[in-house]
Amino acid sequence: MSSPWSITLATLTKDIRLEWRSKDALNSMLFFSLLVVIIFSFSFDPNAEESREIAGGLIWVAFLFAAVVALNQTWARELRNQVLDAYRVSPAPPNSLFLAKALGNFVFVIILECVMTPLFVVFYNLRVLGPAWQLIPVGLLGTWALVVNGTFFAAVSLRTRSREIMLPLLLFPISIPAVQSMVEATRIILAGDGNARFWIVLLLTYDVVFTTASLALFGTILHAE
Amino acid sequence: MNDAAIAQGPIIITVTNLIKQFGHFAALRGVNAEFAAGKFYAILGDNGAGKTTLLRTIAGLAHPTRGEVSILGASPRAACREIGYMAHPSLLYDEMSGMENLRYFARLYGIAGEQRCEQAIRAVALDPGLARPVGQYSQGMRQRMSLARAILHDPRILLLDEPFSNVDVHSARDMVGLLKGMRDAGKTVFVVTHQASLLAGAADEFVCMQFGQIVERTPHLPSDVSPAGVQ
Repeated sequence: MSSPWSITLATLTKDIRLEWRSKDALNSMLFFSLLVVIIFSFSFDPNAEESREIAGGLIWVAFLFAAVVALNQTWARELRNQVLDAYRVSPAPPNSLFLAKALGNFVFVIILECVMTPLFVVFYNLRVLGPAWQLIPVGLLGTWALVVNGTFFAAVSLRTRSREIMLPLLLFPISIPAVQSMVEATRIILAGDGNARFWIVLLLTYDVVFTTASLALFGTILHAE
Repeated sequence: MNDAAIAQGPIIITVTNLIKQFGHFAALRGVNAEFAAGKFYAILGDNGAGKTTLLRTIAGLAHPTRGEVSILGASPRAACREIGYMAHPSLLYDEMSGMENLRYFARLYGIAGEQRCEQAIRAVALDPGLARPVGQYSQGMRQRMSLARAILHDPRILLLDEPFSNVDVHSARDMVGLLKGMRDAGKTVFVVTHQASLLAGAADEFVCMQFGQIVERTPHLPSDVSPAGVQ
């Protein structure tokens, strides 16, 4: 029997290979966030100080909306040809599948962030006044918060008729504490206005709670009819 | 009703008072049956008779509303290593080659190396070196590759749902030959099909379903079967 980690790794590798070949999620995410950046830049004309105040909100909302595209693709791929049934009849643990999907989405969204963040900096003429290194934990923890919940709720909405609508309806309300933490932490770091530690710890706590809850419930979701 | 009429040899699957409801619709209405190891069963019936639901319940993919399925004395989930399941869709990733697909599914069963994958592909008369993605296979090749996936972990029970649909007659006959070989090797084979006549001379038993119940079990092709299935 393979260890759960080796099944997670095999599933993650498979998902990255499929995405590399189809580029379904990455292309749509990049295109979507590019549109958001351009539309926002035409809609507002902030000065440098205002940019630092609003950039955190804009960037995370853009990533959240774009992530939904990837999250919908994650399970859609498993529904084509009913491949998910092949996993369900196997002895592989459900949580290996969940972790692989969440890690895969994490990789895709991080790629998106790496491409889009420089564009945000250019379009909004951003200069970081606080400790810039703190943006790394905020980015990593914030992205994980989005994808772990998103992967779980995308699985929950898998068997609903209008799952693409259902996912944001489930995901956005439950993501409010995480989004608020990301936005506040980013604003504080960009503006050099106080200490972002409280929001980073809140994000970490959110991640631990929701990762644990998702892992505890995913088996039921996977084997539900 | 002669649900458990024929079951010679050691019993491998027992279905007891199986009821499966989808909302108000009862897909299975109290099915009782025993199936012997090493036999080839053809499950026949009109659309909506409950064939696929029975197969999915045995595979552990559908949960009984009432009643139970016992495979070698265990639940379908606990006995999942003994089950190979092939559905009407291929259960394969279209963007990957056959070998890539099987390599992935092998990992789910803890099968290391490529030898077993190659064996499974050769067993269904395909070439393991075929690099084309499965999405570019013909329907017949896809069905064969799907069968290769189902037999990859060498299960004792094969549950095949419409394996001959959209397959030409020659390919379907080849597949029947393959399945006979697997039965001769000791596997218990279940085939849900509308093309019962293809299985004449191959199946050990024809299990006829109607309105969610088994209405007949016979070793001979039922007389009311046309080339399209049960009338």
